[in-house]
Amino acid sequence: MTAPATQPAEEVEAIRAVPVRHPGRTVAGVVLLLLIVWVAITVAGNEQFDFGAIPEYLFDPVVLSGVRLTIVLTVVSMVLGLVVGVIAAIGRLSENPVLRWVAGAYIWLFRGTPVLVQLVFWFNIGIVFPTVGISVPFTDISLVSVESNSVVTPVNAAILGLGLNSGAYIAEIVRGGITSVGRGQVEAAAALGLDPRRTMRRIVLPQAIPVAVPPLGNEFVSMLKYSALASVIAVQELLGSVETIYSVNLRTLELLVVASIWYLALTTLFSGLQSLLERRLSRGRTGIVTVRSSRFSLSRLWRWSA
Amino acid sequence: MSTPAVLARQVHKNFGPNHVLRGIDLEVAPGQVQVIVGPSGSGKSTFLRCINHLERIDAGRLYVDGELVGYREVHGKLHELRPQEVARQRVRTGMVFQHFNLFSHMTVTQNIIEAPRHVRGLSKSDAVTLAHDLLAQVGLADKADAYPAELSGGQQQRVAIARALAMEPKLMLFDEPTSALDPELVGDVLAVMRSLAEGGMTMVVVTHEMGFARDVGDALVVMADGRVVEQGPPREVLANPSTERAAKFLARVN
Repeated sequence: MTAPATQPAEEVEAIRAVPVRHPGRTVAGVVLLLLIVWVAITVAGNEQFDFGAIPEYLFDPVVLSGVRLTIVLTVVSMVLGLVVGVIAAIGRLSENPVLRWVAGAYIWLFRGTPVLVQLVFWFNIGIVFPTVGISVPFTDISLVSVESNSVVTPVNAAILGLGLNSGAYIAEIVRGGITSVGRGQVEAAAALGLDPRRTMRRIVLPQAIPVAVPPLGNEFVSMLKYSALASVIAVQELLGSVETIYSVNLRTLELLVVASIWYLALTTLFSGLQSLLERRLSRGRTGIVTVRSSRFSLSRLWRWSA
Repeated sequence: MSTPAVLARQVHKNFGPNHVLRGIDLEVAPGQVQVIVGPSGSGKSTFLRCINHLERIDAGRLYVDGELVGYREVHGKLHELRPQEVARQRVRTGMVFQHFNLFSHMTVTQNIIEAPRHVRGLSKSDAVTLAHDLLAQVGLADKADAYPAELSGGQQQRVAIARALAMEPKLMLFDEPTSALDPELVGDVLAVMRSLAEGGMTMVVVTHEMGFARDVGDALVVMADGRVVEQGPPREVLANPSTERAAKFLARVN
């Protein structure tokens, strides 16, 4: 039995107040909308701009091969950057002063100079080093030697330039991830008798990776856009491919719109994948892990972060 | 007389210009519970960390179970041990930290079985059985699959004790194990430590819990300014400190 209310329930009248008016907001909104409509009409009414060219070239075989090359360039450069970056990060954290210094110098040099300069530099490396190969240091004995121009193709120069450049940034990201793992974790592992190598692999890295993933994702999206610079050294990636088309038909802006649509599609896709990954990782870190089955390798990956 | 579990002879430690330990002489007999107290900055935690070589000593000699810690002595000359050898030395010494330091990406069970599996070489099923036994011992049998973040501080510290015990150490070091806990959680952790002491474990405990020192400790050491200023049976030391420095400190905490 519920106790009777001390006071009978009373109908309370809901408040019907006159809301504060915001004339400024209304005016700004209307002005902005008018501006957008005006721009749209101007663009649409411009007979110099050929809208038909956009759908016409969006799936052009040349453009599609450019899209493919952009993806390949980004992924391969990113892999190179990750390998170099992880090595440089470990070098920076090494107790060996020479390693620390070399890694620091690499990061300083490649972060401190423009990517475009680096790309053109690698592209032209054949001028000063006509041959590349393997030889015994400090002697003239050459074991393998090939012509630079056959190895340093435009695509390889672009991968080298983009990869080494982003490696310098990735090194700092990875170093940040590793140093974010508290000293207490390493000490606890040491006190249990785990050796330094196992501690790094089992205790530090699994906790450093979730920290490093968001900035690494940003680095990937940046790489997608920076890969357009490779067009300067005659690589037929997305921008290069539309350039070859508009250099003939002179529909420059239309084709740049085509390229931009593809860049937007790719960055949107990868940003989506990135936030998906981050959500999974952050869910683990707060300890509320829903995927607990150890049967699947994917779920094991997520559990790293728990 | 049997080999002391811990033997310190004139141990010195510097952090840069800070002379943190200024000649510590100490002996812990097997099965003994030695409690170290002292004002903050007295060097008691640093000394504890030296015992399992988390800190390297700068002068003197420190032995655990008769073996020199962190060094090998050949013809009167000390050689640093390799990281793997240091790791092997640490196996027989368990350590519990003020801030628990559980591996946050692992469940309670994974925390406990990591070292037994990969250092002691136990099979996974043996290690898991051991982990569940130890969790029952510290009263957390139902938390085997929880992550550290899902546990209270007191529960985390009890898991940390179970994790250290899983290596079957001959000596347990406790570095202010209850200092980071809410007052109502301290009792559970102290109860686990007390039962460990009753089971005959050799323990060196740095703490501010004078009640624990009095009731469980076999010996009480008072440190101040990097030196041992007084040591003896806890009740005697607490009741009649013979040095002024110890008396001053004990008067403030009691």
